[in-house]
Amino acid sequence: MPSDFTSSLYVFVLAGFIGFEVIRRVSPLLHTPLMSLTNALDAIVVIAAIIITGRHESTLSTILGTVAVAAAFSNMVGGFLITDRMLRMFKLSGRKKQ
Amino acid sequence: MTTLSTQQIVDFAYIAAVALFILSLKWLSSPSTARHGVLAGEIGAAVAVITTFFNPGLVEYRWILLGLAAGAIIGVPLGMVHMTAVPQRTAMSHAFGALAASMIGISEYYVRTPHITAFGMTEISLEVIIGSLSFTGSLIAAGKLQELLPQRPIVYKGQNFVSLSVLGAAIVIALIMMIHPEYKSLFPAMVIISLLFGVLLVTPIGGADMPTVISLLNSYVGLSAALLGFVLSSKVLVVAGALDGSSGFILSVIMCKAMNRSFTNVMFGAFGQLQVSAAGVQEERTVHSASPEEAAAILCAANSVVVVPGYGMAVAQAQHKVRELFDSLTKRGVDMKFAIHPVAGRMPGHMNVLLAEADVPYDKLIDMESANSEMAQTDVALIIGANDVTNPAAKTDQSSPIYGMPVIEVDHARTVMVIKRSLNPGFAGIDNPLYYMDKTLMLFGDAKAFVGSVVRELAGGDHAG
Repeated sequence: MPSDFTSSLYVFVLAGFIGFEVIRRVSPLLHTPLMSLTNALDAIVVIAAIIITGRHESTLSTILGTVAVAAAFSNMVGGFLITDRMLRMFKLSGRKKQ
Repeated sequence: MTTLSTQQIVDFAYIAAVALFILSLKWLSSPSTARHGVLAGEIGAAVAVITTFFNPGLVEYRWILLGLAAGAIIGVPLGMVHMTAVPQRTAMSHAFGALAASMIGISEYYVRTPHITAFGMTEISLEVIIGSLSFTGSLIAAGKLQELLPQRPIVYKGQNFVSLSVLGAAIVIALIMMIHPEYKSLFPAMVIISLLFGVLLVTPIGGADMPTVISLLNSYVGLSAALLGFVLSSKVLVVAGALDGSSGFILSVIMCKAMNRSFTNVMFGAFGQLQVSAAGVQEERTVHSASPEEAAAILCAANSVVVVPGYGMAVAQAQHKVRELFDSLTKRGVDMKFAIHPVAGRMPGHMNVLLAEADVPYDKLIDMESANSEMAQTDVALIIGANDVTNPAAKTDQSSPIYGMPVIEVDHARTVMVIKRSLNPGFAGIDNPLYYMDKTLMLFGDAKAFVGSVVRELAGGDHAG
């Protein structure tokens, strides 16, 4: 078993526990923004897509990489945008009277 | 250590990005800090993307810039959709996330062969299978949510057998390729079969189960990104994927609990089949109905009102009229709150977003547990566009298809009012005994028009005190 795998597994298990503990505390009010925000964070696969495309190892890998860059980056841009739009709408009742 | 190599600087930037991602989710715990969370996530993502450009080994930038430009052109409109369309947008973004992860996995296979180990091949196969099935599964879910595809569960005899055989075929190919990674022609077959499995997996699932399905797909997409991190030994992908995956998993568990169903039941037991028998018997029962004037008088005389909204409220575009009702009653000293069932709407938390958009303050949105503990002291429970989540049969009638599902116990309120077009059983076709109770008043009409008339009545001022 490659040592890379073991260290990745370490990171995966720890991140999974952190994710579980942090996300468990997210208010149910915000479950929709939670999903769009995690989508945007998950779009970090764009960095892998950039590397695959930029290495230019074959025509196929460049094409697949470019599609991946576009798909992931659209999630990153759209995900942060819509999350912020949603969160801006959540207001407390005191605010209007001020 | 005298100077840092470029690779080390890139790695440190990635560690910073990962820390910001965790902070980002932590700040989402409360609406007051949530927007800092978005900012932290944006900074983390920007740091990671920019430093990636300095990665040694990049020789060609034009295609990257083309991809980024295309991504921005697709992403901005998808970030600007209307709030009612957020569920299908989310399903589309699951599809894009899965597409990106699969494309990278596929490319990695062709770049590495023939120098690929059995272990590396297994990682790639697993990653590509999960990525591909999440891609088509999410597209089908988006199609159902956009109502391009039928919302009803599409089922046929032997369905589970066919679906699982297809998945089995993909796994068999993966096993063969573990031993013979050089069989290049098998790889596209595995991808196509996985894509087909995604279609077969989601097509039979009905509209009522969409909140669970969208959460499950969320966790699959996260898992595929984490697996891609294993393939590429990229810790930042492992962390982001694990965070996304655990988020989807937690939401799936919450959704399943809120419907009293198991994962296997959602995935393999189509909801629609159960209800045929329940809709059969139609006996004569009396209902009480009321006009907007009568409804306005009762609401006015109440001290406390709990509104139970469902997706029907959003379909009728009634949320803004409901907020006018909220303003009007609050001004008269009536304590009005909104009780949100976890599966109200078409994805987790959807109803909260729709009400927040209509300017309903979020401290007036309460969850099922608090609503049920207050219900006995509530004067009026007003149900707008919700049905199953208020059905008392879930607690009492063992033959009901939704028996055991946690519901908002509106039948404990002193008076129940239900805005509904007619007595026809709703989309799910489950009979609701609530409508025939003595304390229940049926308010027949379109939700937006009816609430509008009630608001006009209240503005008339005849009911003060």
